[in-house]
Amino acid sequence: MSTDRRRFLGWGVAVAAGAALAPGLRLIELAQARSPEEAASALQRWGLLVDITKCADCEACVTACREENGWTGHGRPATDPQWIRKVSLRDKRTGFAQTLPMMCQHCEHPPCVDVCPTGASFRRADGIVLVDKHICIGCRYCVMACPYGARSFVSEEVTGQKADVPRGIGVVEACTFCVQRVDRGDIPACVEACNRDGGKAMVFGDLEDASSEIRRRLAAGPSTQVRPDLALNTGVRYQGL
Amino acid sequence: MKCIAIGLVVAALAAAGLAFAADEGGARVAVPRIEIARPGKCVAPTPVMRRDHMKMLLHQRDLTVHEGLRDPRFSLKGCVNCHASEATGSVLGKGGFCSSCHAYASVKIDCFECHSPMRQERVATRP
Repeated sequence: MSTDRRRFLGWGVAVAAGAALAPGLRLIELAQARSPEEAASALQRWGLLVDITKCADCEACVTACREENGWTGHGRPATDPQWIRKVSLRDKRTGFAQTLPMMCQHCEHPPCVDVCPTGASFRRADGIVLVDKHICIGCRYCVMACPYGARSFVSEEVTGQKADVPRGIGVVEACTFCVQRVDRGDIPACVEACNRDGGKAMVFGDLEDASSEIRRRLAAGPSTQVRPDLALNTGVRYQGL
Repeated sequence: MKCIAIGLVVAALAAAGLAFAADEGGARVAVPRIEIARPGKCVAPTPVMRRDHMKMLLHQRDLTVHEGLRDPRFSLKGCVNCHASEATGSVLGKGGFCSSCHAYASVKIDCFECHSPMRQERVATRP
């Protein structure tokens, strides 16, 4: 038996022993924040669950997103960037009204990534769909391709950017799941604000982690994607829709 | 007659050149005036930083955006936090750490069209 083969078998035994002794250990480890030296990994997939029955008629999530990411409008709705918005639904026959937050759905198969001619639009290993603004040429194909109207083009000069959220004219931007917060182990600003000031309707977590709250909530009751017919497997799910 | 006129012009130009050289105070090449607010140890020796800082930033940029690796040593935010002027809190403007050298070298950088040139005190004071 060669040394390499022996070492390989040794590793196999060690891994098997680890799996037999502590099956829950890996899950606990995955639920923690990554260290700065560790790249985003496909072992995680970030997701967001919105319980619309609890979604209050407020704008706490939108305000928090504005503050965190620094996208303030100029009072020109046609061209102002918009990362998250509240959508009102009303059943015409019964008059039953609902409201829900709509933002980038962080699809597993994002149409914006499919159409991007430069590779600026991409899906990070942990499922967050982003725009690399260094590569974006501002063609806006992704804006047209997104079925959720989630992306905006920055039409006007930007000043006073947040240090963690660089923004500039001539490129496309959208919800990032507050990637700067997620990378340091925090939850997105909208979720934090909803749990503090709103109806506590939002849960953010790792869809790959069987012990996470979002997975338990998804397993416990019915949930839906917006436009499930497109089979995009969105990272944002809604309950009570 | 023509020769004398040309000779006079050449002499005048030579005199002007000498006067200009005298104004420079003996230095043969003008150097940019850089204000270093917090002198200390950078992430690499000065000659390396002068030559290769843009390569480090480009490398780190791709790692951060695409893989989420936020090594504070090579982050643009880290550069700004250390090198921003004490007076203005910025790396831009007259005598600004980034802008003074780039203006001298006639390099047009566009980092700060999107990125904040201001020092973030909260982050800077963190150990």
